[in-house]
Amino acid sequence: MSARDVHGNQPPWPEGFRVVGRAQPKIDGLAKATGAALYTDDLVLAGMLHAKILRSPHAHARIRGIDARAALALPGVHAVITGKDMPIKYGVIPWTPDENALALDKVRFIGDEVAAVAALDEDTANAALKLIRVDYEPLRAFLEPEDALATPEPQIHEQTPEQKAKEHKGNVSKHVRLEFGDVEAGLAGADVVVSDHYEFHGTTHTPIEPHCALAQYSADGVLTVWSSTQITHYVQKALARVLELPEARVRVIQPFLGGAFGGKSDPFALEFAVAKLAMLTGRPVKCLWTREEVFYAHRGRHPMKMRYTSGARRDGKLTAVDAKILIDGGSYSSFGLVTTYYAGQLLTGPYHFPAYRFDSTRVFTNKPPCGPKRGHGSVQPRFAFEVQLDQLAEELGMDPLELRRRNFQGENVQTVNGQRVTSNGFLACLDAVERASAWKTRHAKLPRGRGLGVAGSMYISGTNYPVYPNPMPQAGVQLKLDRSGLVTVFTGGNDIGQGSNSIARAIVAEELGLEPADVRVVAADTDLCPVDLGAYSSRVTFMVGNALIDACRKLRTKLVTAVAEHWHVHAARVAFGLGAAHDREDAARRLSMREVFQLAEARFDTLGETGAYNTPELGGDYRGGTIGASPAYSFTAHVVEAEVDEETGRITVLNCWIAHDCGRALNPMLVAGQIEGSAYMGIAEALMEDHAVNRFGLHAGPSLLDYRIPTAVDTPELHALIVESLDPEGPYGAKEAGEGPLHPSIPAISNAVFDAVGIRLRHLPFTPAKVLAALREQRDRARGGEVARTARVASEREPC
Amino acid sequence: MLRLPAFELAEPSTLGEALGLLAEHGEEAQLLAGGTDLVPNMKHELFTPRLVISLARLAELRGLRVESDGTLVIGAMTTLDELAHDQRVARRAPALAQAAGLVAGPQLRRMGTLGGNVMLDTRCQWYNQTYFWRSALGFCLKKDGTLCHVVAGGANCVAAASNDSAPALMSLDGVLVFHGPRGRRELAIDALYSSDGIYNKNVRGEILVEVRVPRVPSGHRGAYGKLRERGSIDFPLLGVAARVDLDESGAVGAAALCAVALQARPLRLAKAAQVLVGTRPGTDGFRSALGEAGALAEKQCRPLANIPGDAEYRHAMVPVYVRRTLQAAVDGTGPVHHV
Repeated sequence: MSARDVHGNQPPWPEGFRVVGRAQPKIDGLAKATGAALYTDDLVLAGMLHAKILRSPHAHARIRGIDARAALALPGVHAVITGKDMPIKYGVIPWTPDENALALDKVRFIGDEVAAVAALDEDTANAALKLIRVDYEPLRAFLEPEDALATPEPQIHEQTPEQKAKEHKGNVSKHVRLEFGDVEAGLAGADVVVSDHYEFHGTTHTPIEPHCALAQYSADGVLTVWSSTQITHYVQKALARVLELPEARVRVIQPFLGGAFGGKSDPFALEFAVAKLAMLTGRPVKCLWTREEVFYAHRGRHPMKMRYTSGARRDGKLTAVDAKILIDGGSYSSFGLVTTYYAGQLLTGPYHFPAYRFDSTRVFTNKPPCGPKRGHGSVQPRFAFEVQLDQLAEELGMDPLELRRRNFQGENVQTVNGQRVTSNGFLACLDAVERASAWKTRHAKLPRGRGLGVAGSMYISGTNYPVYPNPMPQAGVQLKLDRSGLVTVFTGGNDIGQGSNSIARAIVAEELGLEPADVRVVAADTDLCPVDLGAYSSRVTFMVGNALIDACRKLRTKLVTAVAEHWHVHAARVAFGLGAAHDREDAARRLSMREVFQLAEARFDTLGETGAYNTPELGGDYRGGTIGASPAYSFTAHVVEAEVDEETGRITVLNCWIAHDCGRALNPMLVAGQIEGSAYMGIAEALMEDHAVNRFGLHAGPSLLDYRIPTAVDTPELHALIVESLDPEGPYGAKEAGEGPLHPSIPAISNAVFDAVGIRLRHLPFTPAKVLAALREQRDRARGGEVARTARVASEREPC
Repeated sequence: MLRLPAFELAEPSTLGEALGLLAEHGEEAQLLAGGTDLVPNMKHELFTPRLVISLARLAELRGLRVESDGTLVIGAMTTLDELAHDQRVARRAPALAQAAGLVAGPQLRRMGTLGGNVMLDTRCQWYNQTYFWRSALGFCLKKDGTLCHVVAGGANCVAAASNDSAPALMSLDGVLVFHGPRGRRELAIDALYSSDGIYNKNVRGEILVEVRVPRVPSGHRGAYGKLRERGSIDFPLLGVAARVDLDESGAVGAAALCAVALQARPLRLAKAAQVLVGTRPGTDGFRSALGEAGALAEKQCRPLANIPGDAEYRHAMVPVYVRRTLQAAVDGTGPVHHV
């Protein structure tokens, strides 16, 4: 890591922050609120055709043939394409390219894309789809991961005979087993060991904007694709690969985006389809997915079946943790290689693990493909483990919040799996939720039916492992200074609603002494912006933020020099802030920043600068040791207050206190929004959402009526509590805030329900029916216990 | 976005004109009231009418009044939102006001009408889906196919009546006024519904013009209870309307219990209601009658796996919602709803 990448967590000038740390409305808030913002589907080009995609009605089948003649003959239809038109496979992870834009020889889930039509309008395209004849040979479909694991043939992704001879992988997508320290000895030396089974169902992202892409192919061979993606750079690379175009001839632009949450971080069939159709027809082509199609595209949270065994000493200190995880991957790899690692690698904080082992296996099934959803790979294990921590506390007769405090790993430590943890505000998070929820006077003391539950978590702020290994920066930016006083920022970073463009504006305004309104941001256009890898792994603020500071500091030197020369003073006397430069020793001497820019332009020629960021060398020295290694980790603690109706089984979350250590809150309003949104999503997953597939392999209800996310009246009071640990490497000390605060919501609800009525919910989602079943079991046990106690008393009497 | 199939729109301004169009186009025509159910169903290609006849301009279907004998007369095009907020309805038919206020969500209640809700199509998890979805499993008995996916080998469609207003109106002995080719006729709401999930109504080719709720005695108490996953938007997983008419001595003189979202027709739970008669709210006798009513209702109601949601759980909630809704009726604390 070079000096370029670390800028300290305090401003290098004595005046302190002027913009950073203050609540600022989003840069695009007004445009979105007034309807002026143009989303991909708002874009209309002259002569534009509309595309629709034919999907498989079979969960697993071989394609024997496709006859599209009748569709092609329909008036208004311009082109029909199938897998044969784009046979090159791709995948967002370069090691597992197992997707075709349109199915080549087989389909792997109901909804898999088979053909695409470009027509004058959507109705004609839909009519054409009904005319395409596909000859399918149905194959055995796997709907349960255990079934797929136990049955090597047929393979959902077929290996060649040579590959099979080397290693027959059956339907295993990825297997990882890692052990750190002596787990057996740790468990043997524990005073109490808890071993239990936990289940996380599938959930999906439900962004309000469905996926949409528009392509134009120019006469001179430049392909432009506007897409609702959170990874413009990877989409550019994937389009070039599949369409066999030089990357320099492919331009990808992300317009305003209506939510993503990880659901738009793969290249998708519609992007390839509109591009190919535009190339074939010479006309712009647009495709907007229906809500149903978004559910099929999925890439949502993996269902996981987990066995956790943990040991602790009488004082509450953990001795060892052992995990075995079966991951239902659905039909394609997507980010699955990373998911399989993350499921184990991201659990080793905020608590100290003396010994740890995980064995995680991702298998293919004939269901919509799973992928990264907010808190990728680690939300499920975190749920299991944080419930297990409460079980340990129960066994030990210890306050569960105190047990967490005692296991705190500390700052500037290395985890058992070799990850470097620097700033760590977890204890402050625990203190904050303890105080806010009046934990000490209310936990275990509320009347039956109401309870408090606690949980903690850790998450990454970006990862040092780029999706394709390369020595170039992970984030680059470019600044253009205009003599009008305007600064334009060019960043490849994708603003997906999380506010990264607002953060970019704030950082540049801070560094160059401008009013935020004098900074404009051009983002996520591969022709105009330097590469940033995209909005995933909570990396944009951290990495683009550091790159911006890098660029600004270089420019600032020039601006200061120009002013110092103009005033004939030492550079140390020149201060900038909120649109003006002034002399630190003569307050009356001022210049507007517009004048400063002009002085500097006259002195140094046209003003512009680049900046970059790359992560330090991180991670354990073993295969996979860099996956999950982050330059900084965020920490969160939740306390949930829940009520249980014992007659209906319904859980009502009344309050959720969320304390999140985001390093430094660059914009507290945005941080609070991310904290609330994360907790909302976690609560939704715990109580309502269920990305279920029925016995036919068909999504049980691919609509926002049947796939239930909470409405305003279903949402509890969310109390965002910001904890600032000031990270040594984050921009001004900032870390992520958009994913971490989701994690503890789910186990905290389970733990609150235990406090309320004494049942342990270990299988998601927490439906009223499951609550009633657990209460019934509790009553039966109580009755059984009475019988057993009576029997014991009787037998004790016998010797007398 | 799902496309709305092409259709012609007629906007007749008289009832006669509307009935003429209906007679002329028969099965190819569909009536449009608020459109909150018809439009999504058309997008799902469950209905592909050539002609959609809007009822929006028909004055005969508007208005809400109380006649001299105390009968509440509600025009079929009265929105659910109007119904939920009308003091006359709240006083004379509390169960109906509460049921209307719990249909779907606020935006839909401002479009959706009482007539539309009374005439709502039955619902099923295998039916209320897109054309592609339904085609992937070979369609179903109710639409385009021959197989029932709820009851293996079933020959009768068991899609569930899902209209909150139906049990409420049944508990109030509501009377429906239809106009058809043979003129005006009145039909007790109980007689409207049949057990055929494909089309659960005994009326075709007629237009529902108004709903009449007879005067209730001064001791009338009513409430509606609705089980659903979310506090808004969702159709009922179970709906229970309770009516308790107290006599001058404060004892239950008459009682009615009706339920919906179980099977193709809304059910009248007569035996369960009968056990309350003669008991006095606040006494042990009333409390034990509540328990008995719940048990009898549980026996009579057999929810199937037709609508989304765990059928066993819906069944287990029958006695709970019967008890709670009856209690809410006598206490005047309805509706029974989790938010």
